[in-house]
Amino acid sequence: MRKRLIAIANALAVFGALLLLWQLILWIFHVQPFMLPSPWAVARAVVARFPSLMVSLAITAEESLGGLVASIVVGVLVALVFSQSRWVRTMLYPYTILLQTVPILAIAPLILMWVGAGTAAVTFIAFIISLAPIIANTTQGLVSVDENLVNLFLMHNASPAQMLLKLRLPHAVPSLFVGIRIASGIAVIGAITGELFAGSSRVGQGGLGYSILYASSQLETDYLFALVLASVVLGFSFFFVVMFLEWHFLHRWHESALPHEAD
Amino acid sequence: MSPAAAVPQIEFDAVVKSYGTGRLVLSGIDLAIAKGEFVTFIGPSGCGKSTVLKLISGLTPASSGSIRIDGMSPKNARETISFIFQDATLLPWRTVRDNVVLGLELEHTAAEKRKKTAAALLELVGLADVADAYPRELSGGMKMRASIARALATNPRLLLMDEPFAALDEMTRDRLNEELLRLRAEQGWTAVFVTHSVAEAVFLSTRIIVLKPNPGRIHAEFRVDLPFPRTAELHEAREFEDLVTQVTHSLREALKR
Repeated sequence: MRKRLIAIANALAVFGALLLLWQLILWIFHVQPFMLPSPWAVARAVVARFPSLMVSLAITAEESLGGLVASIVVGVLVALVFSQSRWVRTMLYPYTILLQTVPILAIAPLILMWVGAGTAAVTFIAFIISLAPIIANTTQGLVSVDENLVNLFLMHNASPAQMLLKLRLPHAVPSLFVGIRIASGIAVIGAITGELFAGSSRVGQGGLGYSILYASSQLETDYLFALVLASVVLGFSFFFVVMFLEWHFLHRWHESALPHEAD
Repeated sequence: MSPAAAVPQIEFDAVVKSYGTGRLVLSGIDLAIAKGEFVTFIGPSGCGKSTVLKLISGLTPASSGSIRIDGMSPKNARETISFIFQDATLLPWRTVRDNVVLGLELEHTAAEKRKKTAAALLELVGLADVADAYPRELSGGMKMRASIARALATNPRLLLMDEPFAALDEMTRDRLNEELLRLRAEQGWTAVFVTHSVAEAVFLSTRIIVLKPNPGRIHAEFRVDLPFPRTAELHEAREFEDLVTQVTHSLREALKR
């Protein structure tokens, strides 16, 4: 407990030092506020435009979460298909790599054309970008079951359904969480990037990415910083929620569950 | 030689096993194991001793020859067979209790019966206190006890064991050997055991079959007539040491060619 307090205090000290450095740069180089606002101006922008900031945050959160949940559902289903045979895997696996390597910026206009501007398009982009790690990790978990465990189930004449529900799926849960952890980070990035293209169907109202674009075009640099801050908060929240769920489901039995007891 | 007039529970008739296109693992195995025997297969690596267990359990088919278990094909006889693997192979996401009843659950036994069986078996193998613990909290010896309890839960007539105690320290291994014999005396299953340890083979078995490699075939057989119940003191008995010497010698011969 004491160690954790010290760790938090250290993190806050570093944060304070960074703010100080930021302010010093402004004083020493006389930077224009529209180039780099002061920490104080950013704080004021957060307070003054809190409601619209929250609206943007909520929109992006919804899109990221929608994309992430969709990628978990679809990713697990695809992994189940992949786990059926090595032949299916070798045939289809290259396409998941394609999914991972296709630059989202390049296909965003296409998606926009197909789905139309707005939250649906952005959710779809978040979904596409977070799908590959879910498929790859879950497949790995489903197929890496110890051969003797499979033999054990065979000895009891286990049905294919039992083999899946009582052996392969529970065995894949830790790997699935590895996938979700990676995907949760990039789902948020995907949503914000998506919004830069397909941000809003209504002018003046959109998620963080859309508002960032809008604020920069209006030279509202202090609000732009506030939006970046909100993006960071969103990314962190996703990460911590996933970490918590992982701990909640795995800590009783899995070796690699968060080593919280260790400190 | 199996005991006179006993009906064989396991019969191998000219069994050959090869993997893939060529590699011959077992060639021409004839074998009869009677009900109630404790037969141990021992031999250098590559002699196919684990394959014998896989053939009996039907996990792998014979390439030629026939295998009958109680007159049935191995696959059909599965309900009467339990397999204990080298690793405890417990499901890490299940508690010890839920691991023990896994077989019953897969065979759709009623919950009430499962509960009773679990309680009785955990008591029997000395794990009642850790019934609700997860496998990662157990020592190697305790995991293996849980694995034994799981194998016995389905009330098998035949128990197959593939080097179950190989990864344990000697003290734990000796204790589990004694307990295994106690459980056998109480429940009367037939056992087919595979090990690297001559002392373990002599201590447990009524019969030892030495295999030689490339391809695997039977090199020699030893009857072990030491009386039951056997306890750890047996290790110091003259007859025990003599048998260990004989089997060790035979193993060395098997390696020569």
